Amino acid sequence: MPSVSMTVNGNAVGGDIEARTLLVDFIREHLRLTGTHVGCDTSQCGACVVHVDGTSVKSCTMLALQAEGCQVETIESLADGDTLHPMQEAFREHHGLQCGFCTPGMVMTAVAMAKENPNLTESDVRHGLEGNFCRCTGYQNIVESIIAGAKAMQG
Amino acid sequence: MYEFNFNRPASIADALTAIADADDGQFMAGGQTMIPVLKQRLAMPSDVVELANIDDLKGIAVDGGTVTIGAMTPHSEVHNSLEVADAIPALADLAGMIGDPHVRNRGTIGGSVANNDPAADYPAAVVGLGATVVTDRREIAGDDFFVDLFETALVEGELITAVRFPLPDKAAYMKFPNPASRYAIVGVFVSQSNGDVRVAVTGAGPCVFREVAMETALAADFSADAVAGISVSGDDFNNDIHASAEYRAHLVTVMAKRAVIKAG
Repeated sequence: MPSVSMTVNGNAVGGDIEARTLLVDFIREHLRLTGTHVGCDTSQCGACVVHVDGTSVKSCTMLALQAEGCQVETIESLADGDTLHPMQEAFREHHGLQCGFCTPGMVMTAVAMAKENPNLTESDVRHGLEGNFCRCTGYQNIVESIIAGAKAMQG
Repeated sequence: MYEFNFNRPASIADALTAIADADDGQFMAGGQTMIPVLKQRLAMPSDVVELANIDDLKGIAVDGGTVTIGAMTPHSEVHNSLEVADAIPALADLAGMIGDPHVRNRGTIGGSVANNDPAADYPAAVVGLGATVVTDRREIAGDDFFVDLFETALVEGELITAVRFPLPDKAAYMKFPNPASRYAIVGVFVSQSNGDVRVAVTGAGPCVFREVAMETALAADFSADAVAGISVSGDDFNNDIHASAEYRAHLVTVMAKRAVIKAG
């Protein structure tokens, strides 16, 4: 069985895995970091978005072996103890969720968006969410959350 | 997904050796199509030869007359490249319309072109600009590269190393995307270079094709009015739950008009 090693949320991790192991399954099943969700498993819904070497990816459409040597950040990396990340706080404040299933992917996508462009417009956000589905909210509060969160991240 | 042997060569030579040594090997670029295909067990290669560690396949080079994009360059890099935006804005624009931001961070031009999905965007740019597909052993004209549904001129074990685009005088791409997948239900790429006009259509048929009647009309008069009256036949077009063949045929004219207007 091949072995893999990478850094996840600042911690060196690794193990022997089947080559066909998806990155999301490695994160959830091997590392027991279950904040990253599997929604559609067909690279459409974005519930599984994590950051690999600073860019957002759908972890259901990447093999764990493809992340060899990479820096991976999951939703668990954001909060500092009980203090939420500004983007998480913005989602709480603006009620950017209902059932919450899509939220880990939404927040990780939002953080990537805000890092690339701190002055996000509504149009930027709506286009930036093309790879993330929410079946509850109608997106309105998610968009408001992300614009507010991006501003808060600058502060 | 069936289990496979995973190889990650660091050079083109090693990649070719890995494929040659495998019982039934397959190259993997960004995996944005291939991993879903493996999940559905539509492919069951004995060996996956993944190309991400080969530096010679990455990067963008712009010289006087061409833009050369390494096969493993992700769509996001092409979209965000100021050099590409300056040389061929339509190409940077097209790269930004593929899939979604996460797919664009992983998906590559080489993978898209090699897969030749009937609804992929890059084939429209390759044919619409008269680009050249460069492989480990030869150069293939874009017009000869896309053969049929998911079929290309590549032979067994042949590896795309780059795609080389000539600079047009003007060009633009417009597509009507599937709202979920963002694949082109119909996409039309138009370009004009030294009086030569190309109109490449993706999404409508089994693979990208040139719409010759529109090219002739635009060569005489590069305006939306010149193509507005040209209706294309949907006889051989794709017909699925997303759009009928007739609807796709209608969209070809609409997208062609919009692309001509966008090209200016």
